[in-house]
Amino acid sequence: MKKRRLATLWLDGCSGCHMSLLDTDERLLDLAAQVDMVFSPLADIKEFPEQVDVVCIEGAVSSAEDEARLHRARRHSKLLIAMGDCAVTGNIPAMRNVHGADAMLRSVYLEREPLQAQIPGTNLPPLRDKSLPLHHFVHVDLFIPGCPPAADTLFTALNGLLTGTADLRLDTRFGA
Amino acid sequence: MSDTILTLTIDGQPVSGLATETILQIARENKIDIPTLCYLEGLSAVGSCRLCMVEIEGSPKLHPACVTLIQEGMVVTTQTERLQGYRRNIVQLLFAERNHVCSVCVSNGHCELQELAHKLGVDHIAFPGCYPELEVDASHRRFVLDHNRCVLCTRCVRVCAEIEGAHTWDVKNRGMRSRIVADLDTPWGDSATCTGCGKCVHVCPTGALSEKGKSVAEMLKKRPSLPYLVANRTEERQ
Ligand code: SF4
Ligand code: SF4
Repeated sequence: MKKRRLATLWLDGCSGCHMSLLDTDERLLDLAAQVDMVFSPLADIKEFPEQVDVVCIEGAVSSAEDEARLHRARRHSKLLIAMGDCAVTGNIPAMRNVHGADAMLRSVYLEREPLQAQIPGTNLPPLRDKSLPLHHFVHVDLFIPGCPPAADTLFTALNGLLTGTADLRLDTRFGA
Repeated sequence: MSDTILTLTIDGQPVSGLATETILQIARENKIDIPTLCYLEGLSAVGSCRLCMVEIEGSPKLHPACVTLIQEGMVVTTQTERLQGYRRNIVQLLFAERNHVCSVCVSNGHCELQELAHKLGVDHIAFPGCYPELEVDASHRRFVLDHNRCVLCTRCVRVCAEIEGAHTWDVKNRGMRSRIVADLDTPWGDSATCTGCGKCVHVCPTGALSEKGKSVAEMLKKRPSLPYLVANRTEERQ
């Protein structure tokens, strides 16, 4: 059987969802037997490739750069999975949506009397006022809530998609 | 009159009850699950959350099961695709209206709104979030009211007025601007009527009312046995 092309993308999240994916432990070997990992923060590949079968995306969309990477992933992937609460609801990054990015940055980096008061900015994509979930920008084929989703949940979802299980009942919820 | 037994059908199942009983009561007695949020056994029913809407044969409208009395020969349906769709929309609107971040909430894993979303298969919120700027009232010695997580079910208002008899809580404004207020809109800690009994905290379905000192996922609510309290009180009066 031809191996499926799997990608994972890391937008505005804490990497916890990727950690949870690694937590599938020895089942990673089962997954590895079924897929080629063609793009991921866990692999050293610079450009999101063409013709990807499944992409799992962690994190919310917080900058123009995030949005561009999301659109590229969507264009080149057959199935797009929103992996974890930040991708699904905005979650932690979206907590700033009430007051906007500036107020949040000032509060964290200037107003707490840090040793060296400065807002990190050079060479970083500027934050938008609102951090939003993936489905506000592109079509999402599968939502996997959870912060992070359990390793079991991620394995069930990926294994199900790769083996073509029609009815994916995932036992997860917001905040799980 | 009130002890006349009526017969009806709910989801194809023949059931019976008294003329004083509601569709919701009869459904629950017969293990038919109708989702609810504002309803709590032992408090007056207000029919405001609209999750328990059901279809009744011969009526073009939907009816709230918690405040609709049963009638002889009624044919009730509780689980059509249309009803489930409305229920999913209601739950999503509740999430979109305020700032719910379950992963850092005191009630994570023990929240009725979260559980409803899970049960109804709401795995994302289709509506854009409102992200309103809301207060957290931590002025009370032992409790916190976080408006970001309030779904305006008014369980706190009713338990305080009907069971504790203090009537500290009320609702100000209307629609999206509605807010739970203590007394005449004072900080909770300054309330002259609050007895500090904590019943409101324990009937609150979400993380909006919690005990101080509880961290993420630590706020387990113990629903007071309201029907028991009410029954005892009724006996005393007689
Ligand atoms: S109140 Fe419930 S739904 Fe809202 S953030 Fe807390 S756990 Fe989530
Ligand atoms: S504070 Fe809790 S009990 Fe009171 S209206 Fe809000 S959600 Fe309901």
